[in-house]
Amino acid sequence: MAGKLVKLLSDLKEPEALAFVDKSLAEGADPMDLLGQAKEAMNIVGERFASEEYFIPDLVFSGEILKGIVKKLEPHLKKGEEEKRLGKVVIGTVAGDIHDIGKDMVVFMLDVNGFEVIDLGIDVPVQKFVDTIKETGSKVVGLSGFLTLAFQSMKETVDAIKAAGLRDKVKIMIGGGQIDDQVKGFTGADAYGKDAMAAVKLAKGWIGG
Amino acid sequence: MEKKWEEMSADEKQEAQFQKLLTPKDPEGNDLKFQTPEAEANYKASINRIKDAVQLKKTPDRVPVALLPSMFPFINAGMTIEEAMYDYDKTVAAFRKFILEFKPDMNIGAAQAGPGKFHEILDYKLYKWPGHGVAPEHSYQCVEGEYMKPEEYDLLITDPSFYFNHFYLPRVFGALEGFTMLPPPTGILEIYGVAFNFIPYALPPVQSTFKALFEAGAEALKWAMAIGGLNGELASLGFPNILGGFTKAPFDTIGDTLRGTRGIMVDMYRQPDKLLKAMDALVPIMIGMGIGSMQQTGNPQIFIPLHKGADGFLSDEQFKKFYWPTLRQVIVGLIEGGCIPFPALEGHWDSRLKVIQDVPKGKTMWMVDQSDMAKVKETLGKNACLMGNVPSSMLALATPDEVKAYCKKLIDTAGKGGGFIMMNGAFFDHAKPENIKAMVDVTREYGVYK
Repeated sequence: MAGKLVKLLSDLKEPEALAFVDKSLAEGADPMDLLGQAKEAMNIVGERFASEEYFIPDLVFSGEILKGIVKKLEPHLKKGEEEKRLGKVVIGTVAGDIHDIGKDMVVFMLDVNGFEVIDLGIDVPVQKFVDTIKETGSKVVGLSGFLTLAFQSMKETVDAIKAAGLRDKVKIMIGGGQIDDQVKGFTGADAYGKDAMAAVKLAKGWIGG
Repeated sequence: MEKKWEEMSADEKQEAQFQKLLTPKDPEGNDLKFQTPEAEANYKASINRIKDAVQLKKTPDRVPVALLPSMFPFINAGMTIEEAMYDYDKTVAAFRKFILEFKPDMNIGAAQAGPGKFHEILDYKLYKWPGHGVAPEHSYQCVEGEYMKPEEYDLLITDPSFYFNHFYLPRVFGALEGFTMLPPPTGILEIYGVAFNFIPYALPPVQSTFKALFEAGAEALKWAMAIGGLNGELASLGFPNILGGFTKAPFDTIGDTLRGTRGIMVDMYRQPDKLLKAMDALVPIMIGMGIGSMQQTGNPQIFIPLHKGADGFLSDEQFKKFYWPTLRQVIVGLIEGGCIPFPALEGHWDSRLKVIQDVPKGKTMWMVDQSDMAKVKETLGKNACLMGNVPSSMLALATPDEVKAYCKKLIDTAGKGGGFIMMNGAFFDHAKPENIKAMVDVTREYGVYK
């Protein structure tokens, strides 16, 4: 039955996917194999999103189904090795801005594409970005913002990273409602991404994978 | 004999609305006294310019220019957003300064800051505002959440008003907790047992809710008097505000503040029929909301901020199934009621243009944020007046010369043959004043139709 869950999840068939997991577990299937299938399915979802076959509702719903599957698998999984990740990305909505939908979408896409994402949340103080870069040694930073006040907060964050002597150690990408290349220039970031897939592409370009 | 309002066609209603705007009244119902003959001439020229741009029947004398700021007037006046929300005299002074400094043909009044104390009295939980979760110098921001639960669609569909009173409002306004104890008013019938319905009004939580309501009402009125007075004053100086109110696309009504973005997207899969039924139930309510506020304010323009229909949010198929049908019904219903729908295409909408161009001609005005204006002109622009498209990033960061060059291009493309109003593309907090001035100046000079 290898691959059946891949198809059910990537086609967003929620009741069927969950029923399949129940049935497989009852029949003694390897939970690690099912988890692997779920991850493969999420990669397909990501690809479909990138090729504009899937849109945000589909992405959100796939995440919901995945949550349900993982909940069923968790009691059966042995604690142990984490899979190898491509690299670390620090991400957050900049100081003063509490919007999280766009940021969460980027976090989700980076995660399903194999990055270890350190999500600092919303209204993130400048120093918190600096400290986290130091602690984690992350090479990529994502700054999110929806309001025009974010232009200034992004610039201040980039400046603080520079002042901490970390600017040549990280690549910085920005994104959000009113963000464009002009804002990129103003903030001193390395790149601006239009959507979640752009963030994945940028991170892959910088980190590899 | 003059036709009665109900007997008029949509065309006649719109014409009557513009005639009313051309003969403005003061709060006592007398003809508005303009401060100078020049102010009167400017006021009427602006209204006529907007009328021509909206109706698409003739080219205006020049491209009108409108300014729809968010918190910019207050920031520009050197005050914090907290001051603008709590000191109505300061709000009014800043907005007056803004209008007199930039002199737009159209504005939408000084309501954007809102009355901070009113929000406090009702313990508003849907937003954070200065002093209540955000810094004094920052704007209020929405707190996304599932304020309506997934299993509550039937309640909403059956009786939206009762659902709002009993469930939704007490969740977003802490002080309205008492509403949860009130029975549906539709149970008040006959004489036997009628008194039972009124017992909850004797209970302390209900009474404290009503006390809060009286207090909140008084605060709202105080604020409205201040900004309404300014509207009259600015009109007498030649600067019209023709905004009559606002309403929403049913998909956004549910997706923004009831179920939230995540909630509505999951519902599209788990309970699509209920979502569609709920949106149907909201159509007459959203139309009534626009017409009701038009009657209250006397102004025809009804703003409709559009959010989750933007490019990327939904697939084409999802857009056509879930977003557009009920939005179109709201737009058409408003037009039939004598309103001028004023939808705002926030973000990018390039992939939706072929669908949304299907609106009655010469009856709507659309705020365009970042969509490709040339494409918008070729599609939606054939049937509707377009406004906006000067980017927030440009107003905040570019040079005045760059702004002027961009606006000239807009006048050449979107302004061709009329049907265009120069404006910022999105509500803005931060901008260089010299860039706003550049946008207005270049329109007054270069935007003249020959």
